[in-house]
Amino acid sequence: MQAYLKLDHIDKVFTRGNTSTEVLKDISLTIDKGEYVSIIGHSGCGKSTLLNIVAGLTTTTMGCVLLENREVNSPGPDRAVVFQNHSLLPWLTVYENVRLGVDKVFASSKTRSERDAWTMHNLNLVQMAHAKDKRPSEISGGMKQRVGIARALAMEPKVLLLDEPFGALDALTRAHLQDSVMALHQKLGNTILMITHDVDEAVLLSDRIVMMTNGPSARIGEVLDVPLARPRKRLELATNAGYLKCRQRVLEFLYERHRFVEAA
Amino acid sequence: MNMHALKTEPDAAAVAPAIVTAAAPVVAMTPKRQPRAEKYIKMAQESAVRVVPPLIVLALLILFWELVCQRAGSTLPPPSRVLQETKELILDPFYDRGGIDKGLFWHMYASLQRVALGYSLAAIAGIALGTLVGQSVWAMRGLDPIFQVLRTIPPLAWLPLSLAAFRDGQPSAIFVIFITSIWPIIINTAVGIRNIPQDYRNVAAVVQLNPLEFFWKIMIPAAAPYIFTGLRIGIGLSWLAIVAAEMLIGGVGIGFFIWDAWNSSHISEIILALFYVGIIGFVLDRIIAGMAQIVTRGTALN
Repeated sequence: MQAYLKLDHIDKVFTRGNTSTEVLKDISLTIDKGEYVSIIGHSGCGKSTLLNIVAGLTTTTMGCVLLENREVNSPGPDRAVVFQNHSLLPWLTVYENVRLGVDKVFASSKTRSERDAWTMHNLNLVQMAHAKDKRPSEISGGMKQRVGIARALAMEPKVLLLDEPFGALDALTRAHLQDSVMALHQKLGNTILMITHDVDEAVLLSDRIVMMTNGPSARIGEVLDVPLARPRKRLELATNAGYLKCRQRVLEFLYERHRFVEAA
Repeated sequence: MNMHALKTEPDAAAVAPAIVTAAAPVVAMTPKRQPRAEKYIKMAQESAVRVVPPLIVLALLILFWELVCQRAGSTLPPPSRVLQETKELILDPFYDRGGIDKGLFWHMYASLQRVALGYSLAAIAGIALGTLVGQSVWAMRGLDPIFQVLRTIPPLAWLPLSLAAFRDGQPSAIFVIFITSIWPIIINTAVGIRNIPQDYRNVAAVVQLNPLEFFWKIMIPAAAPYIFTGLRIGIGLSWLAIVAAEMLIGGVGIGFFIWDAWNSSHISEIILALFYVGIIGFVLDRIIAGMAQIVTRGTALN
């Protein structure tokens, strides 16, 4: 079977002056269409770098990223990113922030009114249509992240890249937003690659969890399939044996075999 | 909490506000609308707090000035005499008897026109050059040292050179305004562009904005607070420079009016002109500050 998104033997070395640090070593991963894959690892292991490489915001030193068998090495709306700190433009309203991407992506394929309708449709998907004329400074952190998701979804990406999208949120808002993302994935069938450092989040949301070893020269340590049926319910899973087993596996990996060592 | 309920559970939303209002009717749920009279009284109080102290200080200063200059043989006229001697100029700023014998309005108008032209050119060129220097490392390395030297040259030092180049007073004065106000605009714009968060650049890259769209949709709004700081310093400097430049080039203009008054020993007229120059300078600064407020929509510090 042909892979939808393929990361092919990716190495990444950062060079500053005379010192070079190898951040990623020989990362290979294939992701199928509609799959939800999480990348988990301790901070500093290069998982954000890996996401940036897939997004095209960072170049690889060796290896390449293939999307539908075509190499991608520059950023584009086919790999829309939901940034950790939402990155909404503060001088635009919620609507304008989403519309910015819509106008670029559908410049020729949709009329003005269609683009307007599409923007509102995506705001509705994340339940933010009511705040369309507000500015980012006037809405809460969770709402900003919803708008960030709407902006990414509105570009109709082939792969949706989530860079620790819930990291900056409080636990209740986070749970709420995770449920929203799960519902959206169920409804739209997007291919999603998510960076996280939250074990429960990874198990709850993903079809597969990619566990990374500590840097420098971080590799893929283990890939875990999460064989839980969808739709998944947070409360029911809390006592589900399969869920607990997956959770245990990830915890063991992170805290026994690849315990985080503070870099000297 | 209510916002949360509103967006997720429409049923709960209907109930929640009712509970809140019943339990604590004074909570922010009730629209903040006070009776009109009360609002006006409050506004009057607020403006009084701002207006009264400077008025008192001003009255004391004028009193002091009157007392000091009233005695016989004082070199400067007291305020009462200034008022008396310039009554005609104050009451009829629009007269025009040909040549340079015009009302103060026309002198101000001529000066403002020069400033408007020179400053607009400086704003356009300054923002463009500032963007270049902020965006390109090589442009910065090449141009920044030159800018740092050129910006220290006093405005009037440029005047003889520009007179030699243009052979006419009018374009020379405009050039002096231009060269005076452009440096803070360039430097502040460059800093603003350099400080655009990487996040915004990433967003632009993912959306694939072309360079022109990036300039208008990301750079200018993101750097707007810095750019307007430069524009405000620039307008202040250009108003400083115009008076001095006009003293030298002659013709119609507030600078030459002052010089002419000095030559005819009309000290009261000088004082009146200085007062007007100060007020206009203040108004220009407020206009740019107001524009900044509108353009950045208060998001400057987000």
